[in-house]
Amino acid sequence: MALLEVKDLKVRVEEREILHGLTLTVNEGEIHAIMGPNGSGKSTLSHVIAGKPGYEVTDGQILFMGEDLLEMAPEERAAKGVFLAFQYPVEIPGVTTMNFLRTALNAQRKARGETELMVPDFLKKVREVSKSLNIPQDMLKRGVNVGFSGGEKKRNEVLQMALFEPSLCILDEMDSGLDIDALRIAADGVNALHSPKRAMVVITHYQRLLNYIVPDFVHVMSKGRVVKSGAKDLALELEESGYAQYEDA
Amino acid sequence: MPAVQETVERVKRIDVDQYRYGFETLIESDKAPKGLSEETVKFISEKKNEPAWMLQWRLEAYRRWLTMTEPTWARVDYPKIDFQDLYYYAAPKPKKTVSSLDEIDPEILKTYEKLGIPLREVAMLEGVEPKPGEEDPARRKIAVDAVFDSVSVATTFKAELKKAGVIFMPISEAIREHPELVQKYLGSVVPTSDNFYATLNSAVFSDGSFVYVPPGVRCPMELSTYFRINERNTGQFERTLIIADKGSYVSYLEGCTAPQRDENQLHAAVVELVAHDDAEIKYSTVQNWYPGNSEGKGGIYNFVTKRGDCRGDRSKISWTQVETGSAITWKYPSCILRGDNSSGEFYSIAISNGFQQVDSGTKMIHLGKNTSSRIISKGIAAGKSQNTYRGLVTAHRKATGARNFTACDSLLIGDKCGAHTVPYIEAKNSSATFEHEATTSKISEDVLFYCIQRGLSQEEAVGLVVNGFVKDVLQQLPMEFAVEAQKLISISLEGSVG
Repeated sequence: MALLEVKDLKVRVEEREILHGLTLTVNEGEIHAIMGPNGSGKSTLSHVIAGKPGYEVTDGQILFMGEDLLEMAPEERAAKGVFLAFQYPVEIPGVTTMNFLRTALNAQRKARGETELMVPDFLKKVREVSKSLNIPQDMLKRGVNVGFSGGEKKRNEVLQMALFEPSLCILDEMDSGLDIDALRIAADGVNALHSPKRAMVVITHYQRLLNYIVPDFVHVMSKGRVVKSGAKDLALELEESGYAQYEDA
Repeated sequence: MPAVQETVERVKRIDVDQYRYGFETLIESDKAPKGLSEETVKFISEKKNEPAWMLQWRLEAYRRWLTMTEPTWARVDYPKIDFQDLYYYAAPKPKKTVSSLDEIDPEILKTYEKLGIPLREVAMLEGVEPKPGEEDPARRKIAVDAVFDSVSVATTFKAELKKAGVIFMPISEAIREHPELVQKYLGSVVPTSDNFYATLNSAVFSDGSFVYVPPGVRCPMELSTYFRINERNTGQFERTLIIADKGSYVSYLEGCTAPQRDENQLHAAVVELVAHDDAEIKYSTVQNWYPGNSEGKGGIYNFVTKRGDCRGDRSKISWTQVETGSAITWKYPSCILRGDNSSGEFYSIAISNGFQQVDSGTKMIHLGKNTSSRIISKGIAAGKSQNTYRGLVTAHRKATGARNFTACDSLLIGDKCGAHTVPYIEAKNSSATFEHEATTSKISEDVLFYCIQRGLSQEEAVGLVVNGFVKDVLQQLPMEFAVEAQKLISISLEGSVG
């Protein structure tokens, strides 16, 4: 059984159709890159999988481990193992990163019928994880993303990914706003988290990110559809020829 | 368990009307005749075995009240109150004088149990981690003066306080036992002629707390009072008087809950604080009276006058309030900075949901030299509520070097509520430094979705964001109160989104 199956998905935002029948299959442990020009529907796809309000699915289905994902509340999807690394992570003043992580982790554990982690166990876990990702402890004491640099925000996303141990990670334009060093650090984190059980869907505008996160499959999106799929070489090809050839596809 | 999740569990346990404390205690009570007249005032005074001077004081207030009209400047809207249609005094019928907890009606004790109030002395606080090397068991104790409807039914920790020389008792007892102190201070901060509701209170106040901390004494424990309005149609008129003599310190906690009712209930309390030279008073309130049901029916009308007088040099008064309940809130805890180098603080969280109307704030009146004040107000409006901050900062002509910092932040949840900020600033001398900051923001969909994508429910997400918003003020509360307040905030915002 595939981990994620998107079948002929049609999505509208305020009466305008954005996705016109999109199909995508992701198996355990695979890394997929979704590329395409602005407005091709890449971010819409990630939002619909995560369950962001404001999108209307008019046709098609999304199965996650064989279950109907669209029937689940967004927080249920998170507890089941769907993780979205945001393009622009939000700031939450007054809520420390540590408190946020603990609240979220325990909410997920509870939803799965697991016991909540007590403070000492949680602290141990979060220290291990942040150490393995080279994330300084003082970041955990600051308000969630408040005053974080672009790079720190992305590392905070990677930290959460490591802590929540999702089976599907969707990285939405994770390279936006990052200089090359920050990009490398974030990508190293993502690579460290890739495993035979964990699949990654990397949404990006540029080929650049794929120098650091090497995909098994590349899909080109245009006007709300996947217009071409291939191996990692497809990304290099795109870098040279651009998206123009797919604009009318 | 993290507080937020515990809160959510609690929310699930409470009923549709979201009010956990809506139960009634069936006990006989002793009521004054309905309506307000000189007879009512005399009845109350007689019930309390008051001396003649006290009755005289009340009657003067009553006569003054007859000449006054209800203020209408606040941004609150409610049907006219028929003051002749209320009972002004209700007391649980005592079998005899109460000298220990065992003699109190078990029904009353049960009510407190339901409220989770540590009435018994064994209820020392648990779960508060003392800092290493700072273990001071006395600091973790709370003395409770429980006010059940209008009569204080029990005062705990009396003996220990007595050893320190601190007087903490129902004001009705203080009137009999310490008339010289009461006569000297009662009405000296909020005079009987002060305002419509304070004057009404002066005429008919039933009970409340009295605290006197002698010179140089640091009160060995937090003092606490729990108010509860139980009788149908009973206006409750509490009177609290706290005096901190030279160089003393006292922290006072006030917690309020009331059972659920259909009729609106009037509450008009007066609190007076007096701080002498180098004294400090910290007064904290968590108020979660019944806010009315989901259609805006019922709920408490809360018209309160709270004022502190920094009478001595270098004295300090600090108000911290968490207001989540009541249908109408009209409340402005204030500081008169009379002594040189005195300082006043006001930290407030005011949350309104459903059809609640809050008009609250503070007054900082700078009279002495080099006085300073600080105002941090966090207003949160949800549902169809209206939330107004109204504040006055004024420096007298002779108050040279006066300083004030004010920050008013409002957070809106949904698009049917309103937040308003009405600051009045008057500097009558050129050396005053007043700063005012105000922000209004909305909980954004993006922030909520971010939290939800991480596994939080909508309500947990709102609770988390709001608790972050009010953090600066929560930190001012004593530890045990802060936890309670954090839970209350989440409970009172239940159903505010979506």
